Amino acid sequence: MDNSFIRFDDVSKSFGALKVVEELNLDIGKGEFVSLLGPSGSGKTTILMMLAGFENPTSGAIWSDRKRIDKLPPHKRNMGVVFQNYALFPHMTVSENIAFPLKMRGTSRADTSERVKRALDMVQLGALAERRPSQLSGGQQQRVALARALIFEPEVVLMDEPLGALDKQLREQMQLDIRDLHKRLGLTVVFVTHDQTEALTMSDRIAVFNHGKIEQIGSPSEIYDHPSTRFVAEFIGETNLVAGSVHSIDGHEAVIRLENNEVIKVVAKDRLRSGSKVVFSIRPERIGLGAGPGNTLETRISDVVYYGDHLRLLLSGGGQSFVVKTDRNRLPPSVGDSLTVSFLPSDCWAVDA
Amino acid sequence: MSVLFRKQMVSLALVAPLLLFLIVFFAFPLFTMMKSAVSDPVATQALPASTNALSDWDRSSSPTSEMSAAFVEDLRQINDDQLFGDLVRRLNSAKAGFRTLITKTRTAVKATAGPIDLTAVDKRWADNSYWQVIAIATSSTITDRNLLAAVDLERNSSGAIDTIPAGASANRTILIRTFTMALAVTAACILIGFPFAMIAASVEGWRRQLLLGAVLLPLWTSLLVRTAAWFILLQDTGLINSTLMFLGLTTEPVSLIFNRVGVVIAMTHVLLPFMVLPIFSVLVGIPKTLMPAAASLGAHPVRAFLAVLLPLALRGVISGSLLVFMSALGYYITPALIGGAKDQMISSVIAYYATGAANWGMAGALGLVLLVATLLLYVVYLRLSAERELKP
Repeated sequence: MDNSFIRFDDVSKSFGALKVVEELNLDIGKGEFVSLLGPSGSGKTTILMMLAGFENPTSGAIWSDRKRIDKLPPHKRNMGVVFQNYALFPHMTVSENIAFPLKMRGTSRADTSERVKRALDMVQLGALAERRPSQLSGGQQQRVALARALIFEPEVVLMDEPLGALDKQLREQMQLDIRDLHKRLGLTVVFVTHDQTEALTMSDRIAVFNHGKIEQIGSPSEIYDHPSTRFVAEFIGETNLVAGSVHSIDGHEAVIRLENNEVIKVVAKDRLRSGSKVVFSIRPERIGLGAGPGNTLETRISDVVYYGDHLRLLLSGGGQSFVVKTDRNRLPPSVGDSLTVSFLPSDCWAVDA
Repeated sequence: MSVLFRKQMVSLALVAPLLLFLIVFFAFPLFTMMKSAVSDPVATQALPASTNALSDWDRSSSPTSEMSAAFVEDLRQINDDQLFGDLVRRLNSAKAGFRTLITKTRTAVKATAGPIDLTAVDKRWADNSYWQVIAIATSSTITDRNLLAAVDLERNSSGAIDTIPAGASANRTILIRTFTMALAVTAACILIGFPFAMIAASVEGWRRQLLLGAVLLPLWTSLLVRTAAWFILLQDTGLINSTLMFLGLTTEPVSLIFNRVGVVIAMTHVLLPFMVLPIFSVLVGIPKTLMPAAASLGAHPVRAFLAVLLPLALRGVISGSLLVFMSALGYYITPALIGGAKDQMISSVIAYYATGAANWGMAGALGLVLLVATLLLYVVYLRLSAERELKP
């Protein structure tokens, strides 16, 4: 890939017998915001640590801007790292913390104070320059860590679950702030998270990890709408997984026979063979109430949950249960009612089991 | 009786054993030592009439007949040999020659009843300086003599403070030596203890247990045993020298015992735990991500250490240094066994005065000087650490 800026080339990492990362190949373009998403223990943090230089790959090579960096010590990599617990220096003031990278680079005093001032303004902390980290709230500490990682204009910014310790409202605010900074400064960002919403809202591309391997990599909509594996479909958002066997294939549509012999049309993929077992995913919000084009299914309501902005119905039909999200004003459903639902074949996405 | 009062009584009862222990075994002996350092009641006790008679004397005119009569009367009255001995020692320590003079005079005085011409007994009684000594000794029951002597000072005949002639006393030299040796041991403990604490804090599991055990193990052995072990190791034919010679690093045994080097080695070993443990406990409290963060921000490992880890660990280093330094000041057994004559520290001088010379005044005075010097250093430390914390 020509616009590749960071490249992982067959990178593996083991701790003793434990393989944490297996033969990772990943290209990240300049100015791209890539999230590494996965459950804990999926190897995503180890990948970030290898990129930052705190871990050495067991095999393989890491390239940055066409230079091989996997043997370079961390302090020569010129990457800004934002740690999960911020890692601010407790004995330094906010401005001393932010000035630290410049001090290490021998920047002149006048230039340093000018840039620190600008960085403080950027994260709206100008008034707190002389405070100690312990006197700041979590969100403020996070901003300091961000300013400190950006002030030396690194080529890449690495973030290790930086918003994990913040409460929900602050987290959403910071998500927007970071996305804004990324766009404004044209930063290349590698963002590690286990929060799928965070990954979906912020990233250009998401790499979903499981057991040290990439399950799927693609834009947020690709990942959400067209999950390639059962793991991705379940990990990202909420979904209904429906099992059946392929009855016939007709052009770009496949007919699936469910366990109770009902048939459903889905998007055909090359891998589907007549007679083979298959699992497909359909998102709860893609299922409509009442008859409609595409597939229809007769179901019975087994539970109704009120969520404020929507209702969630638990339905049984086709030999299994479905979750459906619906506008709460549509109809007052009650448990035990029978209900016809419909969904488009293009919303049914066969996944690898 | 109010509930609050009862609660206070109960808590007082709980701390009473400790309080009692501290009073009986710490505060009281300390007070007694300090008192004996400055009290000088012998002359006043033994010479009550002279005390009275000499109080009006201007100390420059010739001794009057009332003074001699009072003194003769006092000498006749002393029947307590213990008291007389103390008096002789007291006067003789102020002016040499008093021992023979007083003993001779007492014999002469006891032989006759009634007035006696002292200058006829010994013509030294015509000399003003002897009377001056008695006048000073009886003028007050409190004296600064011991305290001045502890730092090699004395009062000359006119009462002004003066240095003791060189060679007469070595207290000041020994005090300075005590402080320099304590300082050397503290420095050695920092040099060895800091990296050790860093390693112990960076590993986990059985490795950490092993490292901390290696430091703590010596604490479970008696100080005397440890010192004796060093005595064996450091000898000219000891393990260290025979290894050095076996390796061909030296042809003759390196002199390690009965000198400063040996004392510093042995004391460093004994005091190392008091340096390692405070530093270790501070280091394990420092978040593990700070050093990687410093590296990612462009700090070379050495600069990251100097700018981040060292300032954060300084609190541990300071409290460790204080512990080691204060303990080293009072060391007695190790310098006594491993050191030579020129390596004795102030505690051995105190021990000499207390047990050897039975001069509790001097022992107390030296102890007091040591205590004051240590307290001064402690105040400096408190000032320094308070300033660090006050910084915004």
